[in-house]
Amino acid sequence: MKEILEILEKDARTTPEEIAKMLKKNVSVIKKAIKKYEKEGVIVKYKTVLNTDILKDNVQKVKALIEVRVAPQRGHGFDHIAERIYRFPEVISCYLLSGSYDLLLVVEGRDIQEVSSFVSERLATIDNVNSTVTHFILKRYKADGDILKRIERNNRIAISF
Amino acid sequence: MKISKLVEKIKPSGIREFFDLVIGMKDVISLGVGEPDFVTPWNICESAIFSLEKGYTSYTSNKGLYELRLAISRYLNNKFSLSYSPDRNILVTTGVSEAVDLALRAILNRGDKILVSDPSYVSYDPVSELAGGKVILVKTNESDNFKLTPELIKRHISKGVKAIVLNYPANPTGVSYSRKELLALSKIFIDNDLIVISDEIYDELTYDFPHTPLATLPGMKQRTIYLNGFSKAFAMTGWRVGYACGPEEIISAMTKIHQYTMLCSPIMGQLGAIEALRGSAKSVLEMKREYKRRREFIVSKLNEIGLCCAMPEGTFYVFPSIKKTGMNSADFAKKLLYKEKVAVVPGTAFGSQGEGHIRIAYASSMDNLKEATQRIEHFLKNNA
Repeated sequence: MKEILEILEKDARTTPEEIAKMLKKNVSVIKKAIKKYEKEGVIVKYKTVLNTDILKDNVQKVKALIEVRVAPQRGHGFDHIAERIYRFPEVISCYLLSGSYDLLLVVEGRDIQEVSSFVSERLATIDNVNSTVTHFILKRYKADGDILKRIERNNRIAISF
Repeated sequence: MKISKLVEKIKPSGIREFFDLVIGMKDVISLGVGEPDFVTPWNICESAIFSLEKGYTSYTSNKGLYELRLAISRYLNNKFSLSYSPDRNILVTTGVSEAVDLALRAILNRGDKILVSDPSYVSYDPVSELAGGKVILVKTNESDNFKLTPELIKRHISKGVKAIVLNYPANPTGVSYSRKELLALSKIFIDNDLIVISDEIYDELTYDFPHTPLATLPGMKQRTIYLNGFSKAFAMTGWRVGYACGPEEIISAMTKIHQYTMLCSPIMGQLGAIEALRGSAKSVLEMKREYKRRREFIVSKLNEIGLCCAMPEGTFYVFPSIKKTGMNSADFAKKLLYKEKVAVVPGTAFGSQGEGHIRIAYASSMDNLKEATQRIEHFLKNNA
């Protein structure tokens, strides 16, 4: 049934009827499995992949990767401090890492000022946050497995043996 | 200017006109393409780019780069316990198309008879004729899913039949043979002392059972010319790399022709092929899983909308019947193209036994398959 996830991850619009055909299963079985995955939280939600960079008249948002060094807390490890941070809506991703710093955040804002003030006023002032390093993202080439540039594909000849 | 009688005798493909029609039309969803819709895996492209940067732009030895022949030898050994020496039993060709030509020319004397299945891939018949052979078409039946059976072959054996072309999984029908079926066939091949040209280019795209190379069956290796290549499994059609494996005397005969006609397969393709064998197993598997899902989808959808379609064991083709529409294959394909802008290949392109069928290639995105089957459904409703 895991193949359902593979299919939906590629194209969330695939209907249960179509999945049922692809996997030679009953539609009701597929629907039930999807419901179960949704309930368990394996399927978190269905979204659309956007590349807003090419939208005309688009007010570009600014994204930054932020390395954060924190002091873990007794009894909670990193989870507690991480939650304090990722609850901010400005934080769109948050990872705990091995290596020279602890948390890696992706933070989004209207402009550089907004991101900077989030870092200096909200993030850096949290107890247990020891230091931050901010890297502004200049260009996104590929995100979550999707190449954002429209790749000109060489068309196959329309018919062949 | 007078052209050769041999060439003159070759029937021009009856559907050239139809092909031109498709190519001239815009916004067509084509299910008529005989190649993967995937781009070659990036590791293969990247290694070829690197080799160009390093200046690998020369001829290679006639037989192909030793490293590639060694890689092929190991691959076949690991995968099927099929052992061929890279020095004596393997020839790298410019696609399986060339290998078919070489094999036929290497074995046929003028007038030798050769069995070719009808329907089958378009080149076997004319290339056999060009090699001086006399083709005996074995008409396979829809009731057998267009498979060759021992009885059918036996019926076509006569004095002077020297060889047979076998292709499985098969273009255009998608059918393949289980080990048991192959064993039954091999008995006939041995009893009648036939050489078998076994085109197994679609072997990786076998979905319901493991593919059995003919040469792995008892008594078959010494009479089989095993053909395979990189086009389908690795999505490398444009690279033109294939290979032939077989008994030393046949491979050296084929090499003799190859060295004068082709010299060698392009080096960029050969280097790409080495990388394909080295590090692409995962990509191949992913593509195969995707094809399999599409196969289930298209077969079930076609049957649902009223085109009777068997479940083929391999390739990326299905060969549904259109008989109940009352149209012949060519008319069906032409009307479908004009009215719904969906291109398929009339079954008759692959032999007269293909009448009443069309070949649909599902090497096309799921979105295309969904849209195309909707259009076919619409077409059937309005032209029943």
